[in-house]
Formats: sequence, structure tokens, C-alpha cells
Amino acid sequence: MDVNANAPASPEKIDVAYVAHLARISLAPGEQELFQQQLEHILDHVNKLNELDVSGIEPMAHAIPVKNCFREDVERPGLAHEAAMRNAPEERHGQFFVPRILE
Amino acid sequence: MIASIGLEVHVQLRTNTKMFCGCPNRYGGEPNTHVCPVCLGYPGALPVINAEAVRLTVMTGLLLGCRINLKNKFDRKNYFYPDQAKNYQISQYDQPLCEGGQLEIQLKDRTKIIRITRIHLEEDVAKNTHFGDGSGIDFNRAGTPLMEIVTEPDMDNEDEAFAFLTALKQILAYADISDCNLEQGNIRCDINTSVRPTRESPLGTKVEIKNMNTFRGAHRALAHEIQRQIREVQRGRAIPQETRRWDDDAGVSSSMRTKEYAHDYRYFPEPDLLPVELTQTQVDTWAALLPERPPERRERMVRDYGIPDYDAGVLAADRAIADYFEKAARLSGKGKAVSNWMMSEMMRLLTATGQEIGAVKITPEALAALVALVEAKTINQPAAKEVFAVLFEQGGDPQQIVQDRGLVQVSDTGAIQGLVDQVLRENERSVQDYRSGKEAALQFLVGQVMRISKGKANPQLARELLLKAIGS
Ligand SMILES: [Zn+2]
Repeated sequence: MDVNANAPASPEKIDVAYVAHLARISLAPGEQELFQQQLEHILDHVNKLNELDVSGIEPMAHAIPVKNCFREDVERPGLAHEAAMRNAPEERHGQFFVPRILE
Repeated sequence: MIASIGLEVHVQLRTNTKMFCGCPNRYGGEPNTHVCPVCLGYPGALPVINAEAVRLTVMTGLLLGCRINLKNKFDRKNYFYPDQAKNYQISQYDQPLCEGGQLEIQLKDRTKIIRITRIHLEEDVAKNTHFGDGSGIDFNRAGTPLMEIVTEPDMDNEDEAFAFLTALKQILAYADISDCNLEQGNIRCDINTSVRPTRESPLGTKVEIKNMNTFRGAHRALAHEIQRQIREVQRGRAIPQETRRWDDDAGVSSSMRTKEYAHDYRYFPEPDLLPVELTQTQVDTWAALLPERPPERRERMVRDYGIPDYDAGVLAADRAIADYFEKAARLSGKGKAVSNWMMSEMMRLLTATGQEIGAVKITPEALAALVALVEAKTINQPAAKEVFAVLFEQGGDPQQIVQDRGLVQVSDTGAIQGLVDQVLRENERSVQDYRSGKEAALQFLVGQVMRISKGKANPQLARELLLKAIGS
């Protein structure tokens, strides 16, 4: 499967409204056009990479060849409940209390 | 119409800690007490892969005959929902740990192979609780290791799907891969179903039913969904591609979202994790430690103990029960007799008292000793049943119980002859019945001897002596 299948074939076709929806960002009037231009510009730059012939070159996960960073299955102390809840907008029964979640 | 069912089964792995952090992977506990910056999704907190979760997933792949992808990696699945704080779930997209494979399921009159598509590793999400005026989030479960097993759409009906889930659970429990506790949500599945006119037709549009957490519920949901789809098609309506929710109490399903609102997860490689590269040697080492699987154990138990295939199937279905049986059978050397006790009294009392075999008071040693007492004709079958009940309730030594309760079988010919004479005197009518050809009258007379001996007489001997006295 091609992970980048979602990336537009030609960058000028980026759908800013859709991307904004996916990122749950609401755009003010005029912003869609502004970001359209800016994002196309960025994608143009990135698209230059596509001009390189990289056939036969293995993709790398890191600039230096590293792999297999595992941890042993051993418990480590985490955050105390009070500390964890300090970031809660509101707390109810020890839980993060948020506006009603709808599916 | 033919239904085609595929399953996506989510299994919580039996590890000490979470998938990417050292928080305990433990059910229960006060909300938000098994948490840290990683599983709370704090910016900048870095995940590190739990090696044990990788091993357990590979073990599952090996048990299901999958190809193990020595090179694999993790990806981000992006979506917004308050069951995780990062707005993405770390999962495996195009390079899962295991691919291919199969599981044989047991149907009423035959077995069937269900193909496995892939097995990948991901992190579980937080638990949401809905209050009237809002929702609560508990992150204790967030980030615990979750293994997803995806099948091909090879199941034809709800019974086959149920058989698959049952067989899968058996294997996972056997290899200690998961606690397999359905009440605790250790195994949950999404169901994909479609219908088509014949086996030769292309697959129909699939409908997904989300988040089933009991096998019975999945069975009911499927039975309902297949009928619903067939009705729709017969009415000439198209099945829309959608995700549905099953309400098990009401026995109805309802639409959650249709294709137009389908998720666009924008998967991309997780930059915070390095790729995984296992070696074949490592996988071979794990493979050498695989436990015997239930179907093989069933066959072996038939061979080793001379017990019927059906009995072996029931006993082998649960590893703890099979272990118990084998221990008692080896100690006693009478596999068939031990199996009879397991299949009847043991199963009955376990069900009646809701106990697990691991917690019973009757030890395999005691069961073997009880079998020996019956074999030696020290006690008869009704007495043995009484001893079993005592052992099950209190434990102890069968020999001692037999003595304390005076259950030793009377096999002394002189003593039984006296009882037989008494019974013949008091039941002349039955004697005549027997002589005039009523076979059942003999059984009645044996019963009378047993009654006045308070169950202690050797019934075979009583029968022989009765026959000698009244037989032709
Ligand atoms: Zn954590």
C-alpha cells in the first residue's frame, strides 16, 4: 500500500477546506485563499524532491542507521493522580470532564 | 442469498506495562491512576516500544501460521475523538508484524479453515463515561497494548463467526497471550458483513458493526444484520456502505455513519519510533516455546488416554481443565475413568458453583485416589459420587472420607446373601414377575438389596446372588 496515496498528485489541487476540516480548524473569511496560496507554495518546494530519481534507494527512518529501540516490560512510576488532573479543564469522579461526547 | 463475514478482533495483551510507557497494564484501579506524560499524550513525551508486546504478537502469528514480517514499523492513525489525547493512535499500517495465516474452526459436522489477513499491534484508547451533562475520560486503559487480528470474509453465518471467536480465544488463552476476560473487554471485535446472491457473485457492499464485546452479542448482531440485508436486497434496495451500532438489549442496529462521512485517517510513519527489525533466530527461539494447540492436544489425549474424541474436545478446550485432567489421568493410569468424572460431576459442579478449575478443593491426586478406590471395588458408584461431592466441597483424602462415612462396599458373599434372602421373602410378587418374564423385576430386587444395605452392597454381587436364587 502507498502511504502517501492521500497526497495530491499536483500540489495546486490541495483542498484547504477539507484539510482544515480534518484538522478541526475553522477558517476566518479570506483565510482559505491565503492558506491556499501559502500551502501551494510549500508543496511546490517539497515537490522539487520528486524530481530526484530515488528508485533503488531504501527509505530511511533516521539520518543515521538505527533500529530496534525497545524497553523491557517493567513498571515505572508515572504521574500521581493529582498531578495528572492538574491539566483537566474540569474533574468529575476522578475523570477528565469534557463537554458531552457524541459519536 | 449468501452472507460473507470478516472480523477485526482486538485483543488486549497480557503484559505488565503499557505499549509505549512503563505505566501498569492493569484492569480496574481508580480512574487516571495508571498514567504518565506518554499515555496522556503530553507534547514532547516520547514513546518506547514494549518488547514483550512484540513477542506476544509474534507468538500469536506463529500459532496462526502467519508469515512474520521481520521488518515492520509503526504509523500514526489520525483522528479526533476524546478517547485519546494525541489526536492520533499509534498503529501499524502497511507493514504489520504478521500477515497470512489461518485458523481451523469446529462446526457441528465438520471443520473449516478461516484465513487470517494480518495481525498488527497498536495502542488501546481511553475509556469514556457519559454523564447527563457531559463526559468523563479515564486514561488508565489508554496506551495499553492492543493486537488486531483481521480475517478474510470467509465466514458464512453467525455460527461460524462464533466458532471462530471461540477457537481464537482458546488459542490465546492457551499461550497466555491474553487474559481473555470478556467482562473486562479483553477481546472486542468489529464485524464486516455483506450478502450476495450466490457464491460465484462478487462480494456485496459491506456493512461494519462496531465494538462487540461479547461473543453471544456478536452472534445475535450478525443473525439480525444478515436478515436485515437480505430483506433490503429482496425489496430491491441497495445496501449503503455504512457503519452500524448494535444495541444488544433492544436487539436492533442503527446507522452510525455512512460512506460520505467515512474517516480519512491520513496514516503516516510514526516519527517518534524506530523501525522494528527482528532476526529469524529470535523468532525461532520464540517458536520453540509455543504451547501445544487445542486441536493437537485433543488428538493426543485421545491417543494417550483412550478417551472418546468428544470428551477430549471438551477437556482440551480449556488449558487449565486439560492440565488438571492429564495430571489426574497420569497419576491414576485410568484415563477413561478420570475423564468420566471430569465430564460429569466435575463439569456439573464447576458450573453449579461458578468455580474455576484452578480454585477447586479436590486435587488431581484425590481424584486419582478416588478412581483407584472404585477400581479396587472398595466403594461402589453411588458411594464414589458421594465422596466426590465431599471432596469438591471440602477437599481431603478419599480413603479417609470413605472410612469416616462408612462407605466401604460390602462384597462379603455371606453378608449379602442375608440381605438377598430378606428381599426375596418380602417381595414374592416381584420374584413371580421375574419368573414370568419381566426382566425389570430383577433390577427392582437389586435396588431393594442396595436400599436395605444403605447403598453399601456390591450391586454386581447382589445381582449374581439374586439370579442364583430365583433364576431358572
Ligand atoms: Zn503511561
